[in-house]
Amino acid sequence: MKFLNLIIIAVRSLNKNKVRSLLTMLGIIIGVASVIAMLAIGQGSRKSIEDQISNLGTNVIMIFPGASSRGGVSSAAGSAVSLDMEDVISISNDCPSVKYVSPVARTSGQVIAGARNWNTQLYGIYPEYLEIRNLELASGEMFTETDERRASKVCIIGETVVENLFDDYTDPIGQKIRIKKIPFTIIGVLKERGQSSMGSDQDDILMAPFSTVQKRMRGSRRDIQQIYASAQTEEQIQDASDEIDELLRQRMKLAKNDDAPYMIRTQTEIVEMFTSTSDTMIVLLASIASISLIVGGIGIMNIMLVSVTERTREIGLRMAIGARGKDILRQFLLEAVLLSLIGGILGVGLGTLSSTLVVKLMGWPVLVTSYSIILSFSFATVIGVFFGWYPAKKAANLIPMDALRYE
Amino acid sequence: MNSGEIIISVEELTKVFDMGEVKVHALRGVNMNIQEGEFVAIMGPSGSGKSTFMNIVGCLDLPTSGEYILDGLNVKQIDKDQLARLRNRKIGFVFQTFNLLARTSALENVELPLLYNPDLKAKERREKAMNALEMVGLSKWYHHYLNQLSGGQQQRVAIARSLVNDPVIILADEPTGNLDTRTSFEVMEIFQDLNFRGKTIALVTHEADISQFAARNVMFRDGRIFKEKLVAKIKNARTELEALPEEDDIFSL
Ligand SMILES: Nc1ncnc2c1ncn2[C@@H]1O[C@H](COP(=O)(O)OP(=O)(O)OP(=O)(O)O)[C@@H](O)[C@H]1O
Ligand SMILES: [Mg+2]
Repeated sequence: MKFLNLIIIAVRSLNKNKVRSLLTMLGIIIGVASVIAMLAIGQGSRKSIEDQISNLGTNVIMIFPGASSRGGVSSAAGSAVSLDMEDVISISNDCPSVKYVSPVARTSGQVIAGARNWNTQLYGIYPEYLEIRNLELASGEMFTETDERRASKVCIIGETVVENLFDDYTDPIGQKIRIKKIPFTIIGVLKERGQSSMGSDQDDILMAPFSTVQKRMRGSRRDIQQIYASAQTEEQIQDASDEIDELLRQRMKLAKNDDAPYMIRTQTEIVEMFTSTSDTMIVLLASIASISLIVGGIGIMNIMLVSVTERTREIGLRMAIGARGKDILRQFLLEAVLLSLIGGILGVGLGTLSSTLVVKLMGWPVLVTSYSIILSFSFATVIGVFFGWYPAKKAANLIPMDALRYE
Repeated sequence: MNSGEIIISVEELTKVFDMGEVKVHALRGVNMNIQEGEFVAIMGPSGSGKSTFMNIVGCLDLPTSGEYILDGLNVKQIDKDQLARLRNRKIGFVFQTFNLLARTSALENVELPLLYNPDLKAKERREKAMNALEMVGLSKWYHHYLNQLSGGQQQRVAIARSLVNDPVIILADEPTGNLDTRTSFEVMEIFQDLNFRGKTIALVTHEADISQFAARNVMFRDGRIFKEKLVAKIKNARTELEALPEEDDIFSL
């Protein structure tokens, strides 16, 4: 039979059975669209977490103290100091791959400006911290090493703090504020950074020289809460981390296999940590998506199988007037392929559209990937074609009279 | 009229339906010839094997044993695809239940067999289909959908479809079974007209007056031909139709 005739027959048949065609397509559309949308949300959130983490600064090494006591059993019991100023100094002197080092003293407290007050995060840091974290000032200037040495009462603040302490007409630079009753002068304002991937406001922050915060605001505690460092170049980040580890082990007189009372995390490790959580989420979304794809597939299958009675008679009639078994098979195959293709394309469209809507309405990060399109599309097509073709295959092997008599 | 070539020849045709526990002997040895240009009516009580016979002759079903020669071809020796080709080119089948495609126009229904004939172009298909509709008096109705047509009109569409490939024989199994007298006569008028133009026709009927429109009557009983006779005085469907009282007259009687 001529291919053109086959197309005429298949298209007419689909057109004459609009409801059946639509229902079949609906299964495909919904299956494909939901897979695309769900995987898009999963991929998108993963991408945004990655982006935000790299926003931390491109090459950051963090050193956290552990709870264990320094120097093993021999040291004074209960001493919780695992990192001290000596460690900071040796890291900056003895690790060639390390470029900047800054200890971090962190506390929170009330900041008062005139009649207004605001509770915020207080960071005590070295000036180099800005380089390590890739931070910039919007106005004013950063405090200096001299401020650090003198434990000057100067600070820089984030935009949220500015908004909560001053009205629009006041330039915060040069203003006097009181932090935990101690008077400070504002010398700089940080550039706005918005929300972090964990949802915290990165502009709700106040930074002062490390020594100032450590000595004046943490009471009697002298331990170092965290050390930030950066490598000379991004490529050296692993070397830098290894050097720090080796140095600290030496200083703490640890044997090779001892558990270290501190933790070193590099940028890459943090990215890996977060992406592995978002991987779990993707797996979750993907399983929901595959369930909906299977449900869609069952829908397609049902419609195809339910229409068998009607279609078996139709097949009988077509054979009675001269269709060969292969003409029937080709017709049904073509019908199924057309339905799956059209449904698949509509599904891809709907999936992409709803992903875009999610971006617009919810502000969720969404990323449509080609493999989700290919995956869902081919799955729906295989189901559609198989269940469209299988009943036809059975009927086409009958003699016309048996197909005509089929109940 | 009976001087033409033999186009259908069956010999000792049997058909057994195997129903598991019981075997139904629908045909128990049928011998029959149909010549070109003949108009045969097949009669007989219900269950006597008329439909079974017609289905086998129409190549819709296969006999259990016996010979069947259609237009010089031994049907037993050809494969499925060739059988399909035979049905497409040599046979026109009219069913009691019409068996038309729903939600489809009259023209498209008539055109359907031609779509399985690769030799024809779209224009030829349309022309042939329109001609066939013309012959059954439905050329004005070609674009109407089936649900817009009466039973009689639907059966005429089915007859047009059986004609469209210019078959060597038209087989009709109780074509008037679902129709009232007037519409039956209208359908018979078409068959007589076709026969007059040279078409060979075999039809099954229960009604004695319908069989009088054919030239030869064959009686089936218990899967065999029980009696055969030539109709002495063939009735003319047009005259009979004119003699029928008009619907209005029925009420004025
Ligand atoms: N597909 C089938 N399976 C089993 N038995 C069948 C089948 N078709 C017909 N028969 C049986 O074969 C016998 C002949 O049936 P057939 O339909 O040929 O009769 P018929 O003369 O056409 O009757 P009617 O006038 O009622 O149409 C019947 O006993 C019927 O029950
Ligand atoms: Mg019958």
